Amino acid sequence: MVKYITKRIFLAIATIWAVATLTFFLMNLVPGGPFMAEKAISPAAMAALEAKYGLDKPLGEQYIMYMSKALHGDFGDSLRQRGRTVSSIIFSKFPVSAKVGGLAVIVALCLGVPLGCFAAYKRGKVTDSIISVVSTCGIAVPGFVICTVLMYFLGVRARLLPTLGLTDWKSYIMPVIALAFYPTSYIMRLMRSSMLDVLGQDYMRTAKAKGLSQRVSLFKHALRNAILPVVTYLGPMIAYTLVGSFIVEKIFTIPGLGREFISAITNRDYTMIMGTTIFLATFMVIMNVIVDIVYKLIDPRIQLK
Amino acid sequence: MKKKIIALLLSAVMVMGLAACGGDPGTPSGSGAEGSTGSEVTDNQEPSQSSGGKILSVQIGPNPETIDPALNSAVDGGNMLLHNFECLLLVGQDGTLQPGQAESWETSEDGLTWTFHLRDGLKWSDGSDLTANDFVYSWKRVCDPEVAAPYAETVLSMVEGYDAAIAGDLDALQVAAPDDSTLVVTLNAPCSFFGSLAAFATLSPVQQATVEANGDSWAVNPETYISNGPFYVSEWVPSSYIMMSKNPYYWNADAIKLDGIKFNLIEDSNAAYSAYQTGEVLMIKDVPTEEIPSLEGNGEFYVDPIIGTYYINLNMKEEIFQNKKVRQALNLAIDRDYVANTLMQGTYSPASNFMGPGWIDTDGKEFVENANGGNPYIDNADYEGNLAKAKELLAEAGYPDGAGFPNIAYTTNDAGYHKVVAEYLQQAWAELGINMEVNIVEWSSFTPLRRAQNYDVARNGWVGDYSDPSNMLDLLYSSNGNNDGKFANAEYDAAMDISRTTLDPAERSQALHKAEDILMEEVGCIPLAYYNDFWLQSDKIVDSWHSAYGYWYFMYADIVE
Repeated sequence: MVKYITKRIFLAIATIWAVATLTFFLMNLVPGGPFMAEKAISPAAMAALEAKYGLDKPLGEQYIMYMSKALHGDFGDSLRQRGRTVSSIIFSKFPVSAKVGGLAVIVALCLGVPLGCFAAYKRGKVTDSIISVVSTCGIAVPGFVICTVLMYFLGVRARLLPTLGLTDWKSYIMPVIALAFYPTSYIMRLMRSSMLDVLGQDYMRTAKAKGLSQRVSLFKHALRNAILPVVTYLGPMIAYTLVGSFIVEKIFTIPGLGREFISAITNRDYTMIMGTTIFLATFMVIMNVIVDIVYKLIDPRIQLK
Repeated sequence: MKKKIIALLLSAVMVMGLAACGGDPGTPSGSGAEGSTGSEVTDNQEPSQSSGGKILSVQIGPNPETIDPALNSAVDGGNMLLHNFECLLLVGQDGTLQPGQAESWETSEDGLTWTFHLRDGLKWSDGSDLTANDFVYSWKRVCDPEVAAPYAETVLSMVEGYDAAIAGDLDALQVAAPDDSTLVVTLNAPCSFFGSLAAFATLSPVQQATVEANGDSWAVNPETYISNGPFYVSEWVPSSYIMMSKNPYYWNADAIKLDGIKFNLIEDSNAAYSAYQTGEVLMIKDVPTEEIPSLEGNGEFYVDPIIGTYYINLNMKEEIFQNKKVRQALNLAIDRDYVANTLMQGTYSPASNFMGPGWIDTDGKEFVENANGGNPYIDNADYEGNLAKAKELLAEAGYPDGAGFPNIAYTTNDAGYHKVVAEYLQQAWAELGINMEVNIVEWSSFTPLRRAQNYDVARNGWVGDYSDPSNMLDLLYSSNGNNDGKFANAEYDAAMDISRTTLDPAERSQALHKAEDILMEEVGCIPLAYYNDFWLQSDKIVDSWHSAYGYWYFMYADIVE
């Protein structure tokens, strides 16, 4: 196990390095720059800005400079949000996104897993059909539609919930529903199909034949095997949900990290692009290691090599 | 059955355990914030209604990238600065220059020396004294290559010593404070509109000690963001809101009725509209365009001109556009009334000139009233006539009914009405037999592409920084950095040169009008529509106003129930 984890950590570092390097050169290939605006700034001001941030140096040199600083934990200043460092932006905004996203993950699991099991158990019945329809909708309907519909009915028409920012517990309801809708539906489907698969296995029949109670056979034997695909999905899902969603944060005016991923790119804010990418990559890699360990805990047959 | 449900619930709890385990690296609340600095911590406090008093809640744009006066180049940042800082002079509700921090000012006879006399007892928002030396420091800072202020050239290039200052020798800039309440500025050439620049936000005073102690981050934390205007920033939650409180040290604080203004940094226009409908904000700048038809006739919906024109660049490097008759034909074959009033839903006004309403001539009148002998250059009421003439011109140019006209492409980014306009032009020029395709490009790629002249026809636009007509006419000067079509006309340049150096208002006015005459005759670009600001504002807000620069003035506003 220790050997395995050490190996994974080395692999993780290599992955993050590869992602960072690729991003660095790709973003510099894209036309435009951080100081391009509709009104051209004077060549003198442009030169001064580029000199200030080292953008006047050859790309290779910029890369080495950036990487050596990043290794020391210095991700530089944002090129567009002047006066703010990349790490201060990420670490002040991530907790906001993680709070909303964390709630959404919990909701998705609490609803998705039991409803998926239930649908499998009631296969072919009306309940199953209802759950299927809902989960198909949840996967097919784009996030901004859900946000807008929620905002219109609960916020504007019924005036039940605040539409702006995160002020009290009520203001979390709409963003959490909007964020949880897709993963809930996805988990329901995953859970249903893998549960159906497991229920048809020989050992389930054996369990039944042995006279095990429905409850024990379902929860001790079936669920433990059926949940594995959900666990696989959980790794990236948690990472993506906790770092926030551009659309949900934009529509509900939540000062989270999600929108920074997109605006960094549209603004060509190079240091922010690097910072957010490395952050997400690291998060993703850590989640995957955790998922592997959880696998082992759930299913002792799995060998970690 | 009951048992099964309980069991299912139990299983859910078990899985939640898994989730909690997975969530570890980013434990939601709190811990992550420790790594950040000062007020950036976005712990979600109750919005500051808790500070009590009369708070006006508005939306005038998303999170500003910067609110450092020297660094800002955006209108939404400018709207913030307006409430936090006060320059030597200011633009009043009627558009004229009025005393700001300076009580009075005078210009020497040769127009080269400007002397400003500051009010007595001026203070910063932290209660310390503000003197003429603060202006000296702030103006020199704008030239500092380390600061790299985007507007340095616009506002200070006419000051003696600017070239040396921008190269690093800040003290070369001829701005001096002979005593605490006098500021003397020496220019290298007369500049009749220097007063407008003295009212320009880039030249706001900033506090030397705070800026030097905190570097660029002084303008990020409310504690160090010391200002001198009617309000100061008491809280900034990036991408959420900026809370401003009344500055008790402001010289005219007695006239300020609000205790605070909350600028909601809403990015999405539908979200802004929802917040307006629920009454969470009393004014929104970003109205969803799809709502506009339903807002016609609504007393809370305002449309007001700003100085600026939406225009089309023809790439003058291309042979086809070097033919003047081709340019004239393209210019005339557009039904601007239809574009502005129908396609753009009346949020723009049809352009008949390059210089629209709001630009001020040297005699104090609207520039547009004196242009072309008081007549529009393009008669928008007679589209049919214009189109017939366009067809004639194109035939004269050697392309009857578009025969032999090369295929061209129109390049634009996709925002606002840009795509609709592109599709319209495609259709309008097809009437002339011209085949044009439309290229939609991502915004950040669009500007560099246009600047590099990598297009045939491209969308462009300009909103003025100050109301002197040279601010926009300069765009077509052959060597101007914003001359994206690379229109080059010796007569035009000569007229602009005269406008820059002459001290005689009549001669200056004449030169500026001559420049526009040449531009419209030569079709250096194709003006399409004048910009307007359109917004929703509740009747509860009184004594606020909107200026032709695209700014909203809430400092003297009040809320009535």
